[in-house]
Formats: sequence, C-alpha cells, structure tokens
Amino acid sequence: MFSLESIIQTSPYALDKERKGSLYNEALHGLTEHHYQNCEPYRKLLNTLGYSPNKERGIAEMPFLPVRLFKEYDLRSVASDDTVKTMTSSGTSGQSVSKIYLDKTNAANQTKVLTKIVANYLGEKRMPMLVIDSPAVLKNRTMFSARGAGILGFSMFGNKVVYALDEEMRLDIAAVEAFYEQYKDQDVLLFGFTYMVWEYFYKALVRAEKQLLFANGTLIHGGGWKKLADEAVSNEAFKESLEKVCALKQVVNYYGMVEQTGSIFMECSEGHLHASIFSDVLVRRKDLSLCDFQERGLIEVISLLPSSYPGHILLSEDEGEILGEDDCPCGRLGKYFKVYGRIAEAEIRGCSDTHERQ
Amino acid sequence: MAPYNRLACDFLDELSQTLRASQEASMYPDVMSFAFWCRRGHIDTLRDQFEDSRVRLGVGLALHVAPGNVPINFAFSFAFGLLSGNANIVRVPTKPFPQVDLVCNVIKEILAKEQFQALQEMTSFVRYEHTNNATQEFSERSDARLVWGGNETIKAIRALPVPERCVDLTFADRYSFCVLDSASVEALEDKDLNRLAQGFFNDTYLMDQNACSSPHLVVWLGKNTDHAKAMFWQAVSALVAEKYELEAVQAVDKYTQLCRNAIELENIKDVDWADTGVFRVGLRELDKNVDELRGQCGYFYECDLEELSPLAEIINPTYQTLTYFGVDKEKLQELVCSNRVRGIDRIVPVGMGLDIGVIWDGYDVVRSLSRIIDLR
Repeated sequence: MFSLESIIQTSPYALDKERKGSLYNEALHGLTEHHYQNCEPYRKLLNTLGYSPNKERGIAEMPFLPVRLFKEYDLRSVASDDTVKTMTSSGTSGQSVSKIYLDKTNAANQTKVLTKIVANYLGEKRMPMLVIDSPAVLKNRTMFSARGAGILGFSMFGNKVVYALDEEMRLDIAAVEAFYEQYKDQDVLLFGFTYMVWEYFYKALVRAEKQLLFANGTLIHGGGWKKLADEAVSNEAFKESLEKVCALKQVVNYYGMVEQTGSIFMECSEGHLHASIFSDVLVRRKDLSLCDFQERGLIEVISLLPSSYPGHILLSEDEGEILGEDDCPCGRLGKYFKVYGRIAEAEIRGCSDTHERQ
Repeated sequence: MAPYNRLACDFLDELSQTLRASQEASMYPDVMSFAFWCRRGHIDTLRDQFEDSRVRLGVGLALHVAPGNVPINFAFSFAFGLLSGNANIVRVPTKPFPQVDLVCNVIKEILAKEQFQALQEMTSFVRYEHTNNATQEFSERSDARLVWGGNETIKAIRALPVPERCVDLTFADRYSFCVLDSASVEALEDKDLNRLAQGFFNDTYLMDQNACSSPHLVVWLGKNTDHAKAMFWQAVSALVAEKYELEAVQAVDKYTQLCRNAIELENIKDVDWADTGVFRVGLRELDKNVDELRGQCGYFYECDLEELSPLAEIINPTYQTLTYFGVDKEKLQELVCSNRVRGIDRIVPVGMGLDIGVIWDGYDVVRSLSRIIDLR
C-alpha cells in the first residue's frame, strides 16, 4: 500500500499536474485496494457498483463515497482493537454525526500533514495562540469532535495557548485582554471555527466596543459558512469586519471535513483554496461527469491520508468550482478552487408525508 | 344535500370552465388536470355510474386535512365532499403553493355568485399551523373526516375525539409497483414505446416518484427480458433528459441510496447508474419486504418473473396501485382476488397511476360520505 512517508518530506505545494498525477494514480489504487481488502461494506459497495480494485483507471473514474455514509455506517479498515481515536463531526444534538475510526498511523499522519500545510503559511516557528473556542470542547479525549481535533491540530503552532471563550461560550474578556497586553506586538495565531469566531468573538468585541489590534496576527478559521450564509456574511465581509476589530496581518479560511482531517485546503493571499500534495479536488456535474475548470458543480475531495477508514475519495454535499491548476499567482502548485457552500435542499413533491401533524 | 345534486355539479362545471380559461392556471398541469376532471361531461358520467335508485344524503359536515406537499390534492378532496352532498371544511397546505391560492380564489369568486349562495354557506377553506388545535375543534363537530398524509399525521388525527357516528377515511402512506410484459414491450413500434415511456414518466417523475401511486418497483414478466428493458429504459432516459430537472441534491441523494443498497442488500443482481436521471437496481428475487425499498426522483428496483403468482406471496396492505402494460387485466384481477391478497386497491394501465378519482385507496368515497335513507 501507499505510504505517506514517501512524500512527507516533500514541500506541500511542490508537485505540478504531471508529477502529482502519477503519484495519485499509484497512491489511490493502493489505498482503494487496501480498503477493499479490509473494509467489508466498502468491498460490497465496490462489487455492486462494478469497480474492480485492480483495474487501471484514472482518478476521475475511481469510486467516490458520499460523505453521508460515514454518518450511517461504521466504516473502518482496521480491527477495532487498533482504533485509538474516534472522531465525530460537530452535529448539533439530535443530528446524526460522522464517525471516523483512526488507528495510530492514521492519527499521526493527520497531525504531520496538518503541520506541513499550515507551516507553509505561518512558518515553522511556534507563537502565542488564542483559541477562539471554549476549553470544554476538549474534555473527552477519546471521543473527538471535529472542533476538538481542529483545536488540537492547530495548537501545534502555539507555544502559549489561551482560550478566548469560557465554558458557556462567553468571551472571557480578562483572559483575552491579558493575552493582548502581553503579545500584541508579536506574531500571534488566532484560531477558531468560522461561526464561533463571528458569533462569540467578533460580535462580542463589537458589543463591548473593544479593539484588539494584533498587527502581526494571523487568523485561521474553517468549518463552513452555512450559518454565516444565513446571515448573509461573505468571506470578504468576514475579513473586513475582523480586520476592523483586530487589525491582523492575514485572515486565512480553510476548507476541510472531519472525514479528511489533516489534509485541509487553505486559502492563499489571492483568496483561492489550494489542494496540497496530500489532497486533490474534482468537481462533478449533476450527472456525475467531470466539470470543466470554472464550471460550478459538486465537490469531490481526495486525500492520501485515510488508511484506517475508506475516506480517501469522497463526494461532498458542497458546491464549488475549480479555478485553475499550477498557475495561481501565489506560486503554489496544484489545483485551486472556490466553495459556494452546501447544495440547496430540494422541495420534493409527493404525498408520503404531510409534515403537518394534527 | 343529495349526492351529485344539481348545484354541486353546476358549481364544479363553472369551476372547471373558469380554470380552463385562466391564463395563470394553464401554467400548472396539476390545476389543469383537476379542471379537466370536474368538467360537466365527466361528472355526469360519474353520476350515472353512481345512480342505484336509493335515497341518499350527505352525512353532514366533512373535514378535509390535505397533504402538505401535494398542492392540488385539497381541491379533489373538496370536490369529493361536495359531490357527496356535504358541507366542507378544507384545510389547505401551510406551505405556500401558488396553485392553492389560485384555485381558492376562483372558488371564492364563484361561490360569491347568488345561485351558489347555499354552497357558500356550507364551505370553508382554512390554513393553520400544525401546532394549532383547530383540527381538534373541527373534529368535535365533524360527521366525516378525510385525512391525507403520512401515517404519523393519520395516527395523530385519529386520536382526536369525534362524534360517535363520524366516518373517517384515511389515505395513508402506500406502496405501488408496475408490471411490464417484456414480449409486449419488445414488440412495440417506436411511437408506441414512446407513449408507454411517457405514461411511465407521468406516473413517476411528475411527482418526483414520491406519490403513493408512483411505482418503485418494475416487475418484468418473461424469460428473456434484457432487450425489452434496454428499449424501455432508453426511451424513459430520453424523456427524463428532456423534461425532468434533477437537482444536485437529488443526484447526491440517489447516489447515496445506491451506496446504501449496495452495502445492505444481499440480493442485488446488477445496478445501472450510468444516467443519474434513471437509477436502476436489479433484484435477484422479490423479498417479502420489498415494499420498504422506495426510490425517489427516478430510482427504480427491478425484478424478473416468469409468472405473476410469486407476487401473491409478498403483497401486503401497504400496496396500493399496480400499473401494468401488456398483461391481461383479468389475470391481475385473478392475482388479487383468487389469492385473496390483502393489498392492491387499484389496477390501472401505465400512465394512469396518478389519476385520482371518487374510487380511491379502496374506498368509494362518495358512497362512504353519504348515508342511505332506507325507504320502503
């Protein structure tokens, strides 16, 4: 099977289309074969859909799993004894959550790859870090939520980590101001989930009429725009608003999902999301054929990390478009793209339920 | 009033004419088919079929709880209540459908005319949230209730107290399937094949395959069915490509369901998902619980049978409509009656699956909503 060791020393945006293509051809065949041998539901699925793992096929023809399957089935390619961590998506109570089973290798690779990718933006040096979340998120270390995993992953870049919110998700003004006084002139990292940053940090600062001018600060945030889209807050508006209250050297959004933790897609100075050598992205039409570049469609995400669960090729429920490949002005190689957000719910006709009880 | 009384028939005819002359209504095929249904010629036929020289009157006040996601169903339910001679309270969907407002406005205008004053006093259209206890209050005064909807809705409404003699007609969640004779399909000329495909399309895609009468399963009769299948599905695919707008989320839903089926089902023979408009899952044999496999937006299960008889083993009370092509309806009647199966209330040719009428879900709705005065 493909081993991540072979590329972990490579610079994360150093492979052009051709070199990445041949790497992925081999790696994805290896991963698919591995999961086929070790995950029974995955094997059944491939058999039924008519994929034979040995057959030569391009990346676009490789079998992709709807991301929802991880909410409905226990999909793992390792024995349960070897599972060291189970990660869950951050569904609100009542919603079903994805369950991702990690063995030691897979868990370690997530941390390694995240570090490689983020270092490309921040440098290797650790810095004071303000986590815009509550420390309560990390309470149970074996049942990991996506939020917890994100916080821990990014904490690799912090040498002094301070939480900005208390257990009730209220802004801890004292802690934040102490952090500010001590580090305001240094390089600092602010990290949080897009919605939390907006709702509990930005809004709270505005309400308190406070500014925290971290002129050398970088804010990294991710986790989806669904709630902010409801409030009609765009990426640009988010950036501008945050810069008003916090100054900040850069505000970096990232796109990623709990099913492919580690190999996140980070936004460059041009505002483009980038696939690193650890991940790739395809966009499909409604008929599941591939979109052209600059054509909007369903996002398929590919990651070389998932080895303990068959999550290496996933059909997301997000819409986006590929903007280009290997030619972003920021200099990073690989595909770059933008995300429009979740696909719209359809109004299904029919009489199978009235949705109106009594 | 008496069933099929003059006033009710006149009213429906005027409604039919007004809707059919309306520019706005012509945009909605469902409104047009309702308008066509209540034209005088058709209602006269129904009345002739109804006549049995008994003396009848409507039971009194009928409460209609229409389904939330089929816009025009409330109008049919109202027409049934009216034709049976009842006063009607019709709860329309809370969700705003232009069809509902359109039809309600036309009804209101016509009822305002002097000659329909008696009907006006007997008719109310209401709209309210499900948290409202109006259904309870209405139920306490109802002589009949027509409840359309999911099983949960029906359960909840059934639990509300009604007068002792109140008649409940409940239109529950049902399952429907289709039987095609492969030799007959193979023998079709292009034109007739397209007509069959169009009929199948109307039965399914017009309501996102989510109506109770839309088939989820296609049973192919015969020994060598491959050629017939290829012909038929190709014709359906072409229609779907031309006339059906599949949303991205529906494509993902269908693909997800395909993956679920692949993981869970043990009797899949083959799948065809080359065209996201038409997904097909071939089953090796029919399980008893095949009615739990439901497709949406063009997702079909298929099975080959050499004869009809195995169907008798699996049909349960959930089964509603059997649409057919190339099979003698007497044979289908025999399947249901000789085997005394507990399901299937409708056996209709492909294309008539969604044709709602006064006989529905096994009920003679007009007779059920009226009472006989035994006069000797």
